[in-house]
Amino acid sequence: MSELLLDIKNEYLSFFTPAGEVKALNDVSIQMEQGDVLGIVGESGSGKSVTAYSIMGLTAYPGRLVGGTIDFNGHRINDMSEKELRKIRGNEVSIIFQDPMTSLNPVYTIGNQITEVILLHTDKTKTQAYERVIELLDLVGINDPVKRMKQYPHELSGGMRQRVMIAIALACEPKLLIADEPTTALDVTIQAQILELMMDLKKKIGMSIIMITHDLGIVANMCEKIAVMYAGKIVEFGTIDEIFYNPKHEYTKGLLKSIPKLTEKEHKKLVPIEGTPVDMLNPPIGCPFAPRCDSCMKICLTRMPEYTDISENHYSACWLLQKEALEQGRDKL
Amino acid sequence: MSKLVEVQNLKKYFRGGGSLLKPKYVKAVDDVSFYINKGETLGLVGESGCGKTTTGRTLLRLHEPTEGKIFYDGKDITNVDMMPYRRKMQIVFQDPYASLDPRMTVGDIVGEAIDIHKLAANKSERKDKIITMLERVGLNSEHANRYPHEFSGGQRQRIGIARSLSVDPEFIVCDEPISALDVSIQAQVVNMFEELQEDMGLTYLFIAHDLGVVKHISNRIGVMYLGKLVELADSYELTFHSVHPYTRSLISAIPIPDPIASRNQKRIILEGNVPSPVNPPSGCRFRTRCQYATQLCAEQEPEFKEVSFGHFAACHHLDKVI
Repeated sequence: MSELLLDIKNEYLSFFTPAGEVKALNDVSIQMEQGDVLGIVGESGSGKSVTAYSIMGLTAYPGRLVGGTIDFNGHRINDMSEKELRKIRGNEVSIIFQDPMTSLNPVYTIGNQITEVILLHTDKTKTQAYERVIELLDLVGINDPVKRMKQYPHELSGGMRQRVMIAIALACEPKLLIADEPTTALDVTIQAQILELMMDLKKKIGMSIIMITHDLGIVANMCEKIAVMYAGKIVEFGTIDEIFYNPKHEYTKGLLKSIPKLTEKEHKKLVPIEGTPVDMLNPPIGCPFAPRCDSCMKICLTRMPEYTDISENHYSACWLLQKEALEQGRDKL
Repeated sequence: MSKLVEVQNLKKYFRGGGSLLKPKYVKAVDDVSFYINKGETLGLVGESGCGKTTTGRTLLRLHEPTEGKIFYDGKDITNVDMMPYRRKMQIVFQDPYASLDPRMTVGDIVGEAIDIHKLAANKSERKDKIITMLERVGLNSEHANRYPHEFSGGQRQRIGIARSLSVDPEFIVCDEPISALDVSIQAQVVNMFEELQEDMGLTYLFIAHDLGVVKHISNRIGVMYLGKLVELADSYELTFHSVHPYTRSLISAIPIPDPIASRNQKRIILEGNVPSPVNPPSGCRFRTRCQYATQLCAEQEPEFKEVSFGHFAACHHLDKVI
């Protein structure tokens, strides 16, 4: 086994809002090796972005890491000062945000914004940086880089802007690229271009990717492993084949059943997950999915289940999987 | 089956830029014709800016059409007073956060249309009607006194649906009603649209960019590109035997939520972006991104013709597309 690139252990993260403590992350653990492509799926508010941002030390006020450790590439992120973090961000770990329209600065040219990253993180001179920018724009498939460099973000289309964002993220050849719903704001044909570009670059540079999305199609396409999150917890983790063909957690099963498939020949009724997402201010005491779960048992309402290993790379937290539940008899509610 | 809604050569141009003497127009919808049968769902898909929303709104005369005719139940409604038709033709909007007045209670939001069309004789009848509507969309009577901010996205969309149902319509334009919702909630709302259609005999124009959902809910699907319909067919026919190169690439671009299928999926990646609707390409509008494009495509606009029964497409090179 190669060295772990990322090792998050029992991360607890809370937002201390005036209305009370919102436990955004509850005992989250993730391990990644160099070259892995990990997908994090879940509904809005399930903590997928918060997990990824905390790897860069980008937890926004009033959020705070309450417990656990984050080790990335030999650094202990939670012990680092802002100054030290700045050296890592953009250098060893980079991020692409969801909305390419707002994440670029409208008053600077594209070239200026990419050069800034290079000058900040490397010893390159201005001329060397200029050449690197052209090389990067070429790499992300932008035609006529010399002309594009002088343009402002508003002169580019959404897909082009997302390419520029990728160029900025890749400027220092990071070990890990976090993509936070990079294609949600884009059309499907443009989405296909961007996803293809990302996979292509992954092969060329050999970086790892964390892909945050709610689109199971994208995950099936790009990722090797998936973490399914619900209410600040990873409820199931496994390789894509295991998650798609042998889902164990009721939420994962429900999620897979609720999406209409284009390839299906007959008209089948969709099976939705009933109920509404969890109110994070007042989460249930037991398993957070219990109020929406069809197979909910008494114990689900009072205690959070531990993880059960299904195979070497597949685990899930559900009482149904625990022998304990079987021994106590299944008191169906 | 009879046609409930029909549009003929519908055009909608918006003034956009240019000078006073030489105005420029955004050709949002350019010569679109289709009809929707009673009790049917017609899906409309396409990328952003292709004119699908404008088509839906112009159909209801929320935008006045630049040219063309709109028929409802056999009558020409292009130039008439819409008031009596507003009751029969309704719309559900895309964004459940922006389409509900934050200062009105849910009861008043749903009741407003009942007041305007004078559908309730007295206060208690009005209240009963509101509660029936709320229950029909899976909410309950106590929700009537609350405000929109107290609800989740999925619940708000249900309020929007209750509002459009309150006048007992026959036809509803669903303008991306589920794209702002979470995946697990989308299925709930899609199922509700289907149940309401069965119970009330509704006719839908279902606009969305997610072909998977559109295929699921629609009987027939129209594909739009830059203000034009490029293909229209039965939903099964369109997803499995599409003939237009744009539809083909659109379908192949959708990531399949199935790892094995997606490994075998052959992708047709379109180069470039959608051209500007102010200056659309001459001839076939798709030619700048089409792998089959020839000189003919630049010179002549392809006719929207029937290729097999009920299957229409606009392309010069249908024989070459495999």
